[in-house]
Amino acid sequence: MRAIGIILAGGNNSRMRELSQKRAIGAMPIAGSYRAIDFALSNMTHSHIQKVAVLTQYNAWSLNQHLSSSKWWDFGRKQGGLYVFTPSITADNGFWYRGTADSIYQNLSYLKTSHEPYVVIASGDGIYKLDYNKVLEYHIEKKADITVVTKMIEPGEDVNRFGLVQTDEDGRITDFEEKPVVSSASLISTGVYIVRRRLLIELVEKCAAEDRYDFVNDILVRYKNQKRFYSYTMDSYWSNISTVESYYKTNMDFLKPEVRNYFFKEYPDVYSKVEDLPPAKYNPGSRVSNSLISSGCIINGTVENSVLFKTAYVGNNCVIRNSIILNDVYIGDNTHIENCIVESRDTIRANTTYIGSPDDIKIVIEKNVRYNI
Amino acid sequence: MIKKEMIAMLLAGGQGSRLGVLTSKVAKPAVAFGGKYRIIDFPLSNCINSGVDTVGVLTQYQPLRLNSHIGIGIPWDLDRNVGGVSVLPPYERSKGSDWYSGTANAIFQNLDYMESYNPDYVLILSGDHIYKMDYEVLLDYHKAHNADVTIAAMPVPMEEASRFGIVVTDDDKRIIDFQEKPAVPKSNLASMGIYIFSWKALKESLLALKDQPGCDFGKHIIPYCFDKGERIFAFEFNGYWKDVGTLSSYWEANMELIDIIPVFNLYEAFWRIYTKSDILPPQYIAPGSVVERCILGEGTDVYGTAINSVIGCGVTIEEGAEVVDSIIMQNSVIKKGTKLNKAIVAENVVIGENCVIGTGEFAPSTLSTKVYASDLATIGENTVIPDGVVVGRNTAIMGVTTPEDYPNGILASGDSIIKAGDVE
Repeated sequence: MRAIGIILAGGNNSRMRELSQKRAIGAMPIAGSYRAIDFALSNMTHSHIQKVAVLTQYNAWSLNQHLSSSKWWDFGRKQGGLYVFTPSITADNGFWYRGTADSIYQNLSYLKTSHEPYVVIASGDGIYKLDYNKVLEYHIEKKADITVVTKMIEPGEDVNRFGLVQTDEDGRITDFEEKPVVSSASLISTGVYIVRRRLLIELVEKCAAEDRYDFVNDILVRYKNQKRFYSYTMDSYWSNISTVESYYKTNMDFLKPEVRNYFFKEYPDVYSKVEDLPPAKYNPGSRVSNSLISSGCIINGTVENSVLFKTAYVGNNCVIRNSIILNDVYIGDNTHIENCIVESRDTIRANTTYIGSPDDIKIVIEKNVRYNI
Repeated sequence: MIKKEMIAMLLAGGQGSRLGVLTSKVAKPAVAFGGKYRIIDFPLSNCINSGVDTVGVLTQYQPLRLNSHIGIGIPWDLDRNVGGVSVLPPYERSKGSDWYSGTANAIFQNLDYMESYNPDYVLILSGDHIYKMDYEVLLDYHKAHNADVTIAAMPVPMEEASRFGIVVTDDDKRIIDFQEKPAVPKSNLASMGIYIFSWKALKESLLALKDQPGCDFGKHIIPYCFDKGERIFAFEFNGYWKDVGTLSSYWEANMELIDIIPVFNLYEAFWRIYTKSDILPPQYIAPGSVVERCILGEGTDVYGTAINSVIGCGVTIEEGAEVVDSIIMQNSVIKKGTKLNKAIVAENVVIGENCVIGTGEFAPSTLSTKVYASDLATIGENTVIPDGVVVGRNTAIMGVTTPEDYPNGILASGDSIIKAGDVE
């Protein structure tokens, strides 16, 4: 085993608006049956990385609940395991994670007590499949200090939520721009890195000594000229969910046959926690078209171009269109929902209407008492 | 010291021959049920929901699917440090080897397994019933009556009572008589094949009847205990219970799950039914498709029409295909333009384009009138059906078939094509 894994899942993002109030981004539900972190975890296990640490601090409960057992991703072996590290008070530290580099520094013993030569660092909000071993081979071949997995983005796409990368012909990174307003470059960092374990220890220790805490600004940007940083460009599907718009779009992407087949039918499978729910049920009056329906749903109305997560209940004569209905939502009769994201465990009253627009997706949060309506 | 108050012994070795081609390659408890389950999931889930965490599963007939389904019991939380699930096949001894010759003989051959847990009570279950039951309530009843044996029994309509093993009780629910399929039943309490034995009574009777050929609980052990004057009580069960022993009862039990509020409700958070899930993704319902009065498992893609059907995981129903009043098990493919009516399609089946399965009038089966006695077209696992054939009612198909197997492209009602599996 050549590498251990670190998944940075601590963050929250104000651009997720109300959706991230109660959960870490890594715990955001994706594509009906999954959570965002399942993709990074499945990539780890399919790359034969057996020892993975998840670093989290924002509402860790949401993630902890999902990671309650490591067996779903085939971790929890004698040689390895899945560890969730939240900030803790020790004799020489009483801080929250003050940044990504700090979160690694606060768990340095995880790195120090391992023997594997390399570390794969991934973020918990990327939706993609990648064999990290291929990146590792590239890393070794290029004699790189840090390899950054990158992705070309479509012209015209909003770049200001990404870190941009410029390279020479060999793939060596010459410049970083973190979240620029406008940029000519179109190669973005996916937040996946490979680095030699001993070098990572050295770099984060140096950071900490200088009271610096951020992996991108204080390591990548700062050392870009002294160290050999390389870009590995992936050409398969990649998306991340740092804004409401990207979250909506990523889920809707799964209605496209090529995306659905790539994730659901092609090797390797994406693993997730098994919830033991009954099959979805279509009662008289159900009209479903171009939609993903998850287990435990009960449908009595019309659903079009939508993604229904687990155990959603859709009442009689409802119309759900271009919407994302998260887990365990109850929708009363005769309700109309269009261009919305309906938050988990919502209870929507009968005879109500919620309409967003394609450019302004409405987030619906309705906590009515379910058993009185 | 290892000590379990009650352990369960689950009889899962039977063929279930009246399910025809559905059980020609798998044991009946491993047959798929209700979209994503297998029949054995119901007693196993009942066990863990009742706090019974030690279960011996006795296998004999075609155990491969059962073994891989059960594994080490993770889906039912039966992977335990002490106890958990153990699969118990027949085994060889220094003085030769015996197959399990009867239900009680199978239990007798695993006396050592049971003894290793020092049980006070042993619960005997069979792996082919669909029901939810709290065995802890049954145990409390057993203890409260200071019983040696408790038999779970359910009231059936008096006119149907002659089809069952009937128990006759006194006012105290103590059993005073047994009648096996009586012409004139004296009671309407039918035995469900679920027993709790106090360990002493079980061990003593198994040892006393160890040389009885084909030793069976209903035929030998219970009468032996009765004649000896042991305290045998009936526990009246009033919930849903279905023996899915025939093709038509199997079909009916599946169809009952589709009702708006099913009698047997899988959607309650309480008393969840667990199963091994291989397929996780959501199902996709394409534009132009119709899905109504159905239940569908994970990862199934519907491009055509599905009405009043139970459809398993990972199934594909292509454009223009119509599935009506049918059961389709996991990973099967129904190709373009094919129409199914009252069909049972087992796992990994491929039905070609523009076929018509289930059409015409009923005709008596030429294969076995005992097994095939309904309108259903039954298609066994891994079967391939070529494009454009017409299959009648009360038919059975098993194995990879080619156009040559269908004279004029037709399999008439009552006929069958069996090219694989051991089948009656």
